[in-house]
Amino acid sequence: MNTKNIILLIIVAILIIAPLVIFNGHGENDGYFGGSDDQGGEAIEKSNPNYKVWAAPAWEPPSGEIESLLFALQAAIGAIIIGYVFGYWHGGNNAKKDKK
Amino acid sequence: MHIMEGYLPPEWCAVWFVISLIVVIYGLMQVRKVLAENDDAMPVLALSGAFMFILSSLKMPSVTGSCSHPCGNGFGAVFFGPAVTGLLSVIVLLFQAILLAHGGLTTLGANVFSMGIVGPFCGWVVWKALRSANVSGGISMFFTAFVADLMTYVATAVELSLAFPTPNFMAALSTFLVIFAVTQIPLAIAEGLLSTVIYNYIVDARPDILVKLGVISDSEAGAN
Repeated sequence: MNTKNIILLIIVAILIIAPLVIFNGHGENDGYFGGSDDQGGEAIEKSNPNYKVWAAPAWEPPSGEIESLLFALQAAIGAIIIGYVFGYWHGGNNAKKDKK
Repeated sequence: MHIMEGYLPPEWCAVWFVISLIVVIYGLMQVRKVLAENDDAMPVLALSGAFMFILSSLKMPSVTGSCSHPCGNGFGAVFFGPAVTGLLSVIVLLFQAILLAHGGLTTLGANVFSMGIVGPFCGWVVWKALRSANVSGGISMFFTAFVADLMTYVATAVELSLAFPTPNFMAALSTFLVIFAVTQIPLAIAEGLLSTVIYNYIVDARPDILVKLGVISDSEAGAN
C-alpha cells in the first residue's frame, strides 16, 4: 500500500512541476501564474463595464507576505489535524496489538 | 472558484445564500445524527474538514499558465454525503473571506453552493455509481474527488454566467469555463490522487470505521 501511495504522490508532484517547466522563464509580469479567481473578476469588468462592485472586503492582507503567512496558517491547521488523527489511530492500533 | 466580494449582484447573492443555508442546516442535522450514532465518526469528520482546509490553501500552477487551487470537497462527501461537506465548506470559506480577502461574505452563499454543495453532490453521485458497479474504493475515490473538484469550478462559471449573461448566457458560460474549468483539469487529477492516498491510509488504519459509516463492506475491510 505504501509503494502505491508514493507512486500516486510522485504523479501529483509531476502534475505541479510540469507547468513550471513548460512556462519556465515567464512570470506574473507577462501574465503567467496569476490566479483564476482574479481572471474571473477581470472578465466581469471587461464584459460588464457598467457593473458597480458593491461590496469590498472589510480587511485585506496588507502585502503578499502577510497573505502567504495566512495561507501557510490555513494549511498548517489542516495538516496538524490530519497528523493528529492518524497518530491517534496508529497509537490505538499499537495498544491493541500489545494487549494481544 | 472564489467569487470575489461584491462581484455578484445582491439578488444573486440572496438566491445562493438561501439555497446554501437550507442545505447547510440539513448538513448540521446530519452531523449531529452521525456523531450521536457513531463515536468513531468524529475523527473522520475532522479529517474531512482538515483535508478541505489544506487543499483549498494550496494554489497550484496549471498547464494553462494560470494558478488555481483544489477544493478537497469530494473526500468528505464519500463519508458523510454532500450536505455535511456544505457545512464544512462554510468554515473554510469564512476563514478565507475574513482573513485572506479570498471570496467574500456577500458571495459566501454562492461559494458554499459551488464548493460545498454542487461539487460534493456530483462527486457523491459518482461514488455511489462506481461503488454499485463494484469498482474498488481507491479508484472510486479518485473519480469522486476529480469530479467534485471540476464541477465546483463549472458551478462557479454557471453562477457568474447567470449573473452576467453578456452578450448571452452561453457565450458568458464559455468565457468563464475557459477561465475556471480548463485550468482546473490537471489540479482535479492531483486532487483525485491526493484524496485516494488519504483514503488508502484510512482503509489501512481503521477499516472498521469505514464499515460503520457504510463506505466499505465487511469483506472489503477484511481484505485489507
